[in-house]
Amino acid sequence: MNLGPHAAFIVGSYAAAIAIVAGLIAWIAIDHRAQKRRLETLEARGVTRRSERAS
Amino acid sequence: MPIVDLANPSRFLALTARLMPWLIGATVLAFAVGLVMVKGAPDDYQQGATVKIMFIHVPSAWLAMGIWALMAIATFGTLVWRHPLADVAAKAAAPIGAAFTALCLITGMLWGRPMWGTYWVWDARLTSVLVLFLMYLGVIALWRTVEDPSRAARAAAILTLVGALNLPIIKWSVDWWNTLHQPASVVRLAGPAIHPTILMPLLAMAVAFLLLMVTLHLAAMRNEILRRRVRTLMLMQAQAAPGSAS
Repeated sequence: MNLGPHAAFIVGSYAAAIAIVAGLIAWIAIDHRAQKRRLETLEARGVTRRSERAS
Repeated sequence: MPIVDLANPSRFLALTARLMPWLIGATVLAFAVGLVMVKGAPDDYQQGATVKIMFIHVPSAWLAMGIWALMAIATFGTLVWRHPLADVAAKAAAPIGAAFTALCLITGMLWGRPMWGTYWVWDARLTSVLVLFLMYLGVIALWRTVEDPSRAARAAAILTLVGALNLPIIKWSVDWWNTLHQPASVVRLAGPAIHPTILMPLLAMAVAFLLLMVTLHLAAMRNEILRRRVRTLMLMQAQAAPGSAS
């Protein structure tokens, strides 16, 4: 695929898109793991919500 | 399942867990199809191959505005019904909206340099999108500044509604003022002004970006619900501790 004389701008745009989307996915995945770990730690200490105690 | 049941965070989490693999698969497939169509799209007769930047710039711009509109709709749930899932939806959407607005600005600059001879001009379209980006950062900062989620939600809701006034300014800035940015060429009353060989890949990429946004938003909402559960449990733990005031 010939991108012509402005190839750097085109490649730069797609690289920016990949970097930003990858950053969003990584942020969400890391945050998910962190929240799950904190929740599990609290539950392991016996701290649970009333709805969970009732069930 | 009645739609109102989805407003229950536990049911929402269960539904999200079931939907997520399908959404991820659909997003990957949509991007694969979209990128194949982009590869096969012809160069523009004036802009040459730089038209390929449009296939990420335009969907990013649509999402930048669409996510703020989604946040504005969610604020009604916060202000009128005080529903926590509405806060969660708005809060989870803000960083995603900021990221797509940043992508829109970056790709716009990289497209502008070879076509206009400059990365940036302070024209109405570019400036109003920059204002949108700054407002996203403002909402994110507000959410992080106020510790109590329900108080933060009300403050962020007001800022979101005020910021929604910027959306029509962005959309019609190219008609109201003399701008370097081109006028609307897809969403306009007279129909798209783009040839179908370029329009179809653009729409395919728009669908892929929309699916990506929905997937990321649901995942971020799930994280926010878990964060609030952690906060509740930590408050309960602090109250139960010996020597606490209660």
